[in-house]
Amino acid sequence: MPINAKDVDWVEEPPMNFWEATFLPAVVDGLRATGHHVTHFKPVTQMYPEVASDLPKHYRGVHRLNRDDAGRVKCVACMMCATACPARCIDIVAQEAPKDDPNWVDRDKFPKSFVIDELKCIYCGMCEEACPVDAIEMTHIYDLTGMTRQEMLFDKEKLLSVFDQTKDCGLDPVRTHKGKLGPASDFEQLPTLGPATQVRSDDRSAKSATPGVIK
Amino acid sequence: MPTVIVNNKPVEIGASERLNCIQAAERAGVEIPHYCYHHDLSVVASCRMCLVEMGDKKPDGTIAMQPKLFPGCQTPVKDGTVIVSDSEKVKAAQKATLEYLLLNHPLDCPVCDQAGECGLQDYSYEYGRGYSRLQEPKNIKPDKDYIGDQITLFTDRCIMCTRCVRFTREISGTAELQVVSRGTHEEIDIFPGDPCNNKLAGNVVDLCPVGALCSKDFLYEQRVWWLNSKNSVCPGCSTGCSIRVDQNKDVLYRLKPRENPLAQGSFMCDEGRFGWKYIHSDSRLKLPEQRTNGQTTSRDWDIVLPAVRNALKDAVVRTPKKFAVVISPWATVEEAYLLATYARKIAPAAKLAIGPVRVVGEDDLYPKDVHGKPAAQTKFTIRAEKCPNRLGVEAVIQQVQGSVIPFSDILSQVTRGDVEALFVLGGDPEGWISDTDAAKLDKLKLLVVQDLLASAASSKAHYLLAGAAFAEKDGTFINHNGLAQAIHRGLRGPEEARPDGRILMELAERHGMFHAATLRKEIAKAVPALAALAVGELGEFGVKLDSAGKTEMQTV
Repeated sequence: MPINAKDVDWVEEPPMNFWEATFLPAVVDGLRATGHHVTHFKPVTQMYPEVASDLPKHYRGVHRLNRDDAGRVKCVACMMCATACPARCIDIVAQEAPKDDPNWVDRDKFPKSFVIDELKCIYCGMCEEACPVDAIEMTHIYDLTGMTRQEMLFDKEKLLSVFDQTKDCGLDPVRTHKGKLGPASDFEQLPTLGPATQVRSDDRSAKSATPGVIK
Repeated sequence: MPTVIVNNKPVEIGASERLNCIQAAERAGVEIPHYCYHHDLSVVASCRMCLVEMGDKKPDGTIAMQPKLFPGCQTPVKDGTVIVSDSEKVKAAQKATLEYLLLNHPLDCPVCDQAGECGLQDYSYEYGRGYSRLQEPKNIKPDKDYIGDQITLFTDRCIMCTRCVRFTREISGTAELQVVSRGTHEEIDIFPGDPCNNKLAGNVVDLCPVGALCSKDFLYEQRVWWLNSKNSVCPGCSTGCSIRVDQNKDVLYRLKPRENPLAQGSFMCDEGRFGWKYIHSDSRLKLPEQRTNGQTTSRDWDIVLPAVRNALKDAVVRTPKKFAVVISPWATVEEAYLLATYARKIAPAAKLAIGPVRVVGEDDLYPKDVHGKPAAQTKFTIRAEKCPNRLGVEAVIQQVQGSVIPFSDILSQVTRGDVEALFVLGGDPEGWISDTDAAKLDKLKLLVVQDLLASAASSKAHYLLAGAAFAEKDGTFINHNGLAQAIHRGLRGPEEARPDGRILMELAERHGMFHAATLRKEIAKAVPALAALAVGELGEFGVKLDSAGKTEMQTV
């Protein structure tokens, strides 16, 4: 589609004055920056692998499967992560929660098997965004090795052990709903939802402090 | 012609048609959302989702609108009826209804099997407000995991549309389900000790617009958006219910009835619904096999198929009148045609017989009354003839040979020594031959068996061809009523099992690949009784054979 001529703003370069035209102020500015780096030297190169890398907090490394307070796997086997995964590296087999076990009365469904192919994974983080119960999270662990492809298929036990290993290390705090199962399986207290769609301005709820809550 | 005006669009309806607003709007291409209404069940107008504005167009052209909203499912239309389903008033009502239905509905879509094909999800997205204003705790009722052998109830997800209750009362007639308590304590339940185990029980799961009634067989197996569907026909009996085959990665997960007014209507029976498990059975034939003196000599299609061809030719040269072909009523029309014409090509005197037609009991008619007797008006029939395509196979054999030989005749001819070479195209998963009958086959000099499951006959075969189940092949089935419906290949067979049509194409050394629509056109020319197949693609509902074709087939 051609761009409409009236949508285009033409901008002229501002004219230079006499001193700017000599370029001397710009040269002096540049030299000052160089001098600053000489006098205030601070290395930015990280000496990996001799020194462990200093990672940003949102680094997306190996996955983990979180546990709830009872130590059960938090995952409800909804398979949203497997649906969202662009690399199709997540394979989940769901199972009905044991009905006669008092520890599982609040759950309908849990993963019988949960396998992530860490070699296929592109570490995009879609799975943790898709997860409605904050069960799958990505950790700071990036140095991942294995002697066979089979070793790099992380199953449920392995992913839970990653959680046990990383939950208290400070780099990967459990982000939300610690201990709770989240909205999908937590029947006792359902949080009031914010609007998922646009609220019309004449709607009663739009006038309240929190959309969706009527005072 | 009476004219109804739907959202300012005039729609003509038939003079004697009795339609409600939902149906009239459907003609105009307008969807009026509804939960409790189903065209095969009585109308209760309890969900209030289909509220619309109604009015009358007077003869002088003025329109008088009613001040209140009307439930579209309960309101019949007549000439001059005006329906408005997109006004602010209607939209506000839809929003309010949905909010009310969702008040106590748990937000467990991630663990709910219905998610992805859920009426609440779809309508919330389309007509709802998208969030809840409820701040009180939800009214959560305990689940009932035994409604029937195949049905579990998530009581808290129910929206009390009572479709399931009406189904058991009106279609199956068994009336196991009911609503107990009143008001906010309303629940679907069974009478103690009387579970919902009738032969049509699985339909209540399909009818449930939300995830309250779930099938135990499919529970937590797959998310529905991963399933790939193909239209097919249930092979369980000669009713030929239109179905959908839902598979993912070559694993069949469920069969769902597909609405077809020409075939069975909207439902299917549980025998068909859960009767497909043999498709993934361990006793499936996975490879072809050539046996010499009881020892396997080859399991390679490239060796076995030419060997079968040569063995048949040798047998025909040796004893041209002692070659017989048995075509199972589980074969498609195309397969029957390919095999019959091939047999007649290599041996003009070949005997063509139809395989055993399994008949179990009598036709099972629904609804039933309290004593189990069928009611006056039949709404669903499970037929006693447990094969999908007897009429189709018979029509082909009738055309090629002039008469149809029953399987028992072939067996006695084998015993007498009148048949020495036999080609059997099987397909009946319940086992089409008994051990005593199979013992008679020991006398044969050549036995070729093309089947999908190991049977008493397959262990005696000199050549074994691994065929396909109904969900793994394309073709045509003709039901008890002369309705030709297409089946489609939804998944691949195990290992090297091949669609039967492909095996027969290669065996007959025909040019090109198996393509059901092309073959149907050829069959229509060759078999006048099946002339209706000339259309090639049979469409969603199938093609009814004309009366000429039917009478000719009935003389068989």
